[in-house]
Amino acid sequence: MRHLLSISDLSKAQAISILDTATELARVSDGAVKKLPTLRGRTIVNLFAEDSTRTRISFEAAAKRLSADVINFSAKGSSLSKGESLKDTALTLQAMGADAVVIRHSASGAPQRLADSEWMLGSVINAGDGTHEHPSQALLDAFTIRKHLSKGSPDLVGIRVAIVGDVLHSRVARSNVLLLTLLGATVTLVAPPTLLPVGVESWPVKISYDLDSVLATVDVVMMLRVQQERMSDLFFPNAREYSRYFGLNGDRLKLMSPDSIVMHPGPMNRGLEIAAEVADSARSVIVEQVANGVSVRMAILYVLLAAQPLEAGSK
Amino acid sequence: MATKRYLLKNGSLPDGSTSDVLIADGLIKNRAANIIDADAIIIDVKGSVLLPGLVDLHTHLREPGREDAETVLSGSRSGAKGGFTALSAMANTSPVADNAGVVEQVYRLGQEAGLLDVFPIGAVTKGLEGSALSEIGAMADSIARVRVFSDDGNCVFDPLVMRRALEYIKKFDGVIAQHAQEPRLTVGSQMNEGAVSAILGLKGWPAIAEEAIIARDVLLVDHVKSRLHICHVTTAGGVEIIRWAKARGINVSAEVTPHHLLLTDELARSYNPIFKVNPPLRTEKDVMALREALADGTIDIVATDHAPHSTESKECEWSEASFGMLGLETALSIVQKTMIDSGLMNWAQVADRLSTAPARIAGYIEQGQNLEIGARANVMIINPGASWTVDRDLVASKSRNTPFHGYELPGVITHTFFNGTPTLLNGVLVETGDAR
Repeated sequence: MRHLLSISDLSKAQAISILDTATELARVSDGAVKKLPTLRGRTIVNLFAEDSTRTRISFEAAAKRLSADVINFSAKGSSLSKGESLKDTALTLQAMGADAVVIRHSASGAPQRLADSEWMLGSVINAGDGTHEHPSQALLDAFTIRKHLSKGSPDLVGIRVAIVGDVLHSRVARSNVLLLTLLGATVTLVAPPTLLPVGVESWPVKISYDLDSVLATVDVVMMLRVQQERMSDLFFPNAREYSRYFGLNGDRLKLMSPDSIVMHPGPMNRGLEIAAEVADSARSVIVEQVANGVSVRMAILYVLLAAQPLEAGSK
Repeated sequence: MATKRYLLKNGSLPDGSTSDVLIADGLIKNRAANIIDADAIIIDVKGSVLLPGLVDLHTHLREPGREDAETVLSGSRSGAKGGFTALSAMANTSPVADNAGVVEQVYRLGQEAGLLDVFPIGAVTKGLEGSALSEIGAMADSIARVRVFSDDGNCVFDPLVMRRALEYIKKFDGVIAQHAQEPRLTVGSQMNEGAVSAILGLKGWPAIAEEAIIARDVLLVDHVKSRLHICHVTTAGGVEIIRWAKARGINVSAEVTPHHLLLTDELARSYNPIFKVNPPLRTEKDVMALREALADGTIDIVATDHAPHSTESKECEWSEASFGMLGLETALSIVQKTMIDSGLMNWAQVADRLSTAPARIAGYIEQGQNLEIGARANVMIINPGASWTVDRDLVASKSRNTPFHGYELPGVITHTFFNGTPTLLNGVLVETGDAR
């Protein structure tokens, strides 16, 4: 495995292997010395053509804990904001000797363009592309669900997950649908019909427009962020109405089955898709998702890079 | 000025018969078995098919404005290589061909290139903006004698503007070529809306956005009794509406592009914008409906929508890339592959769909004459038994954005004669003046 562009690149065994590796690496994060020498001398570039502080620092922490050299290349103030093409950026990174590029980009498919091109030779890791995928987020979500609910099983067979909100524009939802179903979970998408893509009927999921009827039937409720720009584009009448039908509030929390958990990829719109009392409740594993993110991203870097021998001549 | 005489020996005519054809003085001088002419250059075309020179009703030549991507001359070369003797230059140049000055400029550039007829298409609305009518009458009366009007690239969306345009062109038997795309349903659209776009997270271009405009416009043209042509039909639903309209006697014609006869939206999975085109590649079901419609005449013609783009406008992210693909040099091979080799059509139907019918729709009276004695010698020759591999580095176009790079295609075009003069001889382009 050279790149991680989409969850569809992974077999079930590979996905489980990443989660198992993350479990091992989490012990490093819990130790007194939070560092392994595995990627010493490797250069990892965080190419963030779209703002995302949390994903960038998560990958940065992961790379540093594996002793890699990290270069941050972000949109603001860089050549990317001055109209430089993806091709020229890639050629520059190649010339600098990047072993891997972690890319966040507003255009769906940009990581695949990078990987398929001859512009650069290193590994490409998709850190979220447009409305396509966000595979590392799905892996950390699966890791978190497995830790809480799998009762020692390596996969997620029998676990029921509801993904609630703007599925149409959500890369988190696309990656999670692929990964959770790959691992054997049952997924129900809950959204207003306007926020489900045409073609969703070919996905291996159940669809519901009614959050209340789903809550009691699932083990995980994963809330999606509602982007501000959706408000003005006729997807729903207004924020209050969205919140009334699809927001997870205290009353709805009571409908959920015992031991079920609440997740959110962040950043949250408190009061819109999730009420503060839910986000801060004992059911919420939202902060833990962030912590698990570092371990899972360490595992991704480890699997992609540590398996490759250091080439003669590189430091 | 005496031109050379050419005797094409033992070629297969569109109807399947074998004949010799003598080209002299710019005309088809004779058509018979065993013609003897001591002064003629003899070309043995046994096993090849002779067709009337191909006529494209939908070509982007990019001049004026984007001469880095194509010029009238380079587009003419590309056309000659593809067997064309007439192209129709779309109006979305910079400046827009919405006045007599620009269409006369393009017409003259075509004459100077001299490789085929370049007939400018005039914009329907000023600046392609969809609100005020362009100088339609002035373009019709210009030396370019414009008869086809289109805002291609944009839809003439406002129903009142469309109605007025359809009415106005009746004065000189013009035709409005509509780019059917409901703009509000396609804001920011990137590819066909369906199962593939759902997975790829690319904004969908729903079939209904094409079908809604086709439906509206066939009703409009019926009401005002004018002539409507639908550009690049891509959907099974669009085909059904046109079939219904023709059954009602409505005066509508339609075109399909070669790429929509072969390629599907599955290709977008690569995120390679070489497959990004407007209207987008659709599904297998649509492709099959388009082939059937072309065979039964519901769709009248094949038009290339040849759309050259510079390298940098395709070497980027999908959503950043320009829409469009090259078409002239691969058109007939794609038609052979999808329509002849599949058994859906014969060569006589190909001659109709790629030459006679487009010439009739656009009123190009010296084109599409079907190799009759005395007709202008606009002839092309294809060897259907040979095949070739498309190489984007060997195209005659100035751009390289062919989606068929690396494809092995049937049918090698060996010769093109424009008004009796070879523009393509044994597969080699004959530059202007060389052969005269």
